[in-house]
Amino acid sequence: MNITVKLFASFRNGRFEIKSGDYPPGTTVADVSDCLNLPQNELGIMLVNSCHVKLDRVLVEGDTLALFPLLGGG
Amino acid sequence: MSPVTDFILKHAVEDLLAWHHQVEAAERFGLSIAETEAVILDNGLLPARYQRNRQTISQGEQRKLFKSQVAVVGCGGLGCYVIEELARLGVGRIVVIDPDVFEEHNLNRQLFSSPARLGQTKVEAASRRVEEINPAVTLVPVHVALSRKNGIELLAASHVVVDSLDSIFVRMELGDVCTSLDIPLVHGAIAGWYGHVATQFPGDDTLKSIYGSWKSGKGVEQTLGNPSFTPALIASLEVAEVCKLLLGQGTPLRGRQLLIDLYSMEVNIINFLNVTREYDRSGN
Repeated sequence: MNITVKLFASFRNGRFEIKSGDYPPGTTVADVSDCLNLPQNELGIMLVNSCHVKLDRVLVEGDTLALFPLLGGG
Repeated sequence: MSPVTDFILKHAVEDLLAWHHQVEAAERFGLSIAETEAVILDNGLLPARYQRNRQTISQGEQRKLFKSQVAVVGCGGLGCYVIEELARLGVGRIVVIDPDVFEEHNLNRQLFSSPARLGQTKVEAASRRVEEINPAVTLVPVHVALSRKNGIELLAASHVVVDSLDSIFVRMELGDVCTSLDIPLVHGAIAGWYGHVATQFPGDDTLKSIYGSWKSGKGVEQTLGNPSFTPALIASLEVAEVCKLLLGQGTPLRGRQLLIDLYSMEVNIINFLNVTREYDRSGN
């Protein structure tokens, strides 16, 4: 199935801004994040089609996943 | 009419009272600068220091800001700029809560830090700075770490609370305390070239939406650090939110998170759908 992944802020470093790719059925947000070597403790906002989701969200054909790093400094 | 009111009205030029006359009024009548500021504003006048505010903030609104109390939780990269801007804006009372002293690694960005102030408590430095730039503002320094336990007492009298913390754990506690007190919370966070701002109104779960995936520890600021310009920008956005909330004007970042990427010069807004729906129901 085809999924579009959008990366934001520091997640783009050495990766990409936006990329569509084929993923097997049942792929979760965590699977995509692992594929991209994004440490799970650095994940902040995760959106699928503009809605907030958790790591265990199962993606479906045509989804757009957006990943933002966790910002906590002040 | 009291002698101090008489003095102030006599020395006003149009609707402005110059700083040296405000100081003279305080000395002559044994008042603090804050007390004279109240007399000036209560009589429909404006301390001349605010004359460039007034195309944006009216005399009555300036008085409203003076009668307001804002709590700033965290006096580091964000907090110092927030306090500086609130004091220059003319917010009458600022409660500053921070348990730390200035260390060398603060010097790249924290406005009140300097080599001479290393080892000084941040709240004491904030107090001295505000006394220097706007003595009409009362700063209440609180040299403790905010917690769920002391938060109610420390924040209860404030109209708005500003989150300038560097700990997500304490942020989540702060969010809960503000919810239980029915006080709006202006939230900001930074890391490297990146930052975000959102305002949590009482009853909203904004912080829980933003940090829903957080389990423990810090964010990417741990590896990216914090340069000088990101806190200045995010703090300014937070102060703009505070100003609107205190005056009941404009459109706050309610149900929305503003994300700034200074490396790509991109701005994004994320909507929290649950809050938006509540908005729709209430007709706002």
